[in-house]
Amino acid sequence: MTDTPQNTIRAFIIDNFLFGDTSQEIADDTSLIDNNLVDSTGVLELVFFLETTFDIKVADTEVVPDNLDSIGAMAAYIETKRRAAA
Amino acid sequence: MSDSIAHRGPDAAGLWAQTGIGLGHRRLSIVGLSDGQQPMASADGDLVIVYNGEVFNFVELRAELERGGHVFRTGSDTEVILHLYQQYGADCVRHLNGDFAFAIWDKRHGRLLLARDRIGVRPLFYAEHDGGLYFASEIKALLAVPSIEAEIDPIALDEIFTLWAPLPPRTGFKGICELPPAHVMVVEGQARRIERYWSLDYPESGDPGDTRPEAEIAEELLALLDDATRIRMRADVPVGAYLSGGLDSAITTALATRHTPQQLSTYSVSFASAEHDESQFQQIMAKALGTAHASVHCGTGDIAQHFPQVIAHTERPIVRTAPAPLYLLSGLVQEQGLKVVLTGEGADEVFAGYDIFKEDKVRRFAARQPGSRFRPLLFKRLYPYLPNLQGQSAEYLAAFFGAKADVLDDPLASHRPRMRSTAAAKLFFSGDLRASLGGYDAAETLVDQLPAAFARWHPQHQAQYLETRFLLPGYILSSQGDRMAMAHGVEGRFPFLDHRLIAFANRLPPRLTLKGLTEKHILRKATAHLLPASIGNRTKQPYRAPDSQAFAMAGAPDYVGELMSPQAIAGTGLFNPAAVEKLVAKAGVTGVDGFRDNTAYVGILSTQLWDRRFSSGSTAARIAAE
Repeated sequence: MTDTPQNTIRAFIIDNFLFGDTSQEIADDTSLIDNNLVDSTGVLELVFFLETTFDIKVADTEVVPDNLDSIGAMAAYIETKRRAAA
Repeated sequence: MSDSIAHRGPDAAGLWAQTGIGLGHRRLSIVGLSDGQQPMASADGDLVIVYNGEVFNFVELRAELERGGHVFRTGSDTEVILHLYQQYGADCVRHLNGDFAFAIWDKRHGRLLLARDRIGVRPLFYAEHDGGLYFASEIKALLAVPSIEAEIDPIALDEIFTLWAPLPPRTGFKGICELPPAHVMVVEGQARRIERYWSLDYPESGDPGDTRPEAEIAEELLALLDDATRIRMRADVPVGAYLSGGLDSAITTALATRHTPQQLSTYSVSFASAEHDESQFQQIMAKALGTAHASVHCGTGDIAQHFPQVIAHTERPIVRTAPAPLYLLSGLVQEQGLKVVLTGEGADEVFAGYDIFKEDKVRRFAARQPGSRFRPLLFKRLYPYLPNLQGQSAEYLAAFFGAKADVLDDPLASHRPRMRSTAAAKLFFSGDLRASLGGYDAAETLVDQLPAAFARWHPQHQAQYLETRFLLPGYILSSQGDRMAMAHGVEGRFPFLDHRLIAFANRLPPRLTLKGLTEKHILRKATAHLLPASIGNRTKQPYRAPDSQAFAMAGAPDYVGELMSPQAIAGTGLFNPAAVEKLVAKAGVTGVDGFRDNTAYVGILSTQLWDRRFSSGSTAARIAAE
């Protein structure tokens, strides 16, 4: 498996929210809320993970489903943040 | 059988038998201390009754029956039921105002009548086995019958991990059923019929309900509640009251002091953790009413220490620890020599006190303007005690609480977020358990049980119905109520669950119960003069107790580590050992955050305890074989 942001995020979700259960497929566009993968605590765990893993700063106003509710959305958000920082 | 439930009736034991039928009883003597022994036969010997509970209007019923020529030999409410049955047959239940589960053997007609109160305060379980029908107040009595086995029902687990309780007649065990609240079972020979005799009802759309002026409604409410309290003070032993520090128990306690010549004894539980403790308000109320107040402290370690006994009494897994402090509380009441307590339970269902009702109102308000950046922020006001929710954006709040126009036609819309956050813990189910469930959907079963009129009720009434019909008897009155109180031979009485008051409240327009986001508006108005302002104006504080934090700590009892170990989890076969191991690691020595993980932790641990305490044979082997 290549070390893309998508795979890194997927691994975190499987480990942290699915407790290692790989029987549930998580596609890049799978909604984490609609599939009961995160609650309000889970969102904060996601933010902490993104900040520490990808060296970005997530502003309060950016903590919205458009940025964080799927693996694809998070990957795109990270890319945007990195470009802005470059 | 009856010895196994001696805790429910420590005062006396009785047995009656003849060819083909036997009735056993454990007595908690409250009314008719000297002459209320059971099983009790009618004067002609044709009827025999065993009965758990109280009929609060027995005085009025007796007077009415005496006017009709009935002659009584005892002062007990038990005999009133016998006469009422002679008069009305199985319809006698419609005349009873009380909390009861009873069996009457009608020798002349060869008929057995089993009956349970309207709301489901008193439990009644049964099993058909080897051509016989066995029934009892608790499942453990049925399991005392040789060859009735405790075989865990996977579907019950799915229901508990979605709805917090199995849907009656299902219990946690295959082949063991619960007679649903407000039902009778009539057995004649091999024929058996189960019938509902009472239902919750609400005005249909187009029916404005009770349109009288607010002041007039408030006056009638107080009169009804006062009478409901008055008749619940009837006993030949002292009656005490639970005092939580909240509005509801403050009201019942205030009313109770009017109906007792002695100083009322009140009881409460305090917590070490500030976020759960309400002792400040308990003290204010006890002082204001001049009660003799005693409290039990639920300290660090108490929940874990008593949890195995709690599960032995709930007889099912639970997803919250909240019953445990109430187990301690009933122990205090027993120590102090009391057997009966009033509680404020039921007010939140009947007068729309729970946050889930406000949540649904905000959800509908937010869904009317999708994308609003302000409306979903109201969700924060409902849960000031959840710090992780306070920091969320409007978009996330709308998503968490399902504030979308397309979900509002869902009959379970009000309860979906709670079901979803509970059901998320099912990800810990083992592959074998999932396979045995075969895609079973507890929510669908729930929808199938809704009455046709449900769709025509106001959304708030729909939410109140779901709460009152299902969670109230299934969890609040059972795992948290009867089972914790009766563990120490204490009978809880619930003025807010008087069926006259329920029928009255259900006719009220929703704006009188949930006014804006102020819960129980009309109840506050009706009772404001009874309470100190600091209590009367209090916002609802949900009763909660530490969940995973109660177990994931240094010095936790050994059983926690043993039962949550990969070996024990694999041995039971109901959960995924690797996933549970990660959950336990995540909890560490401080516990996990969030509803889902706490639900999973408590649900798994309680299931493990339940399996160890009750299950006959290997659950793992059975589940794998299904």
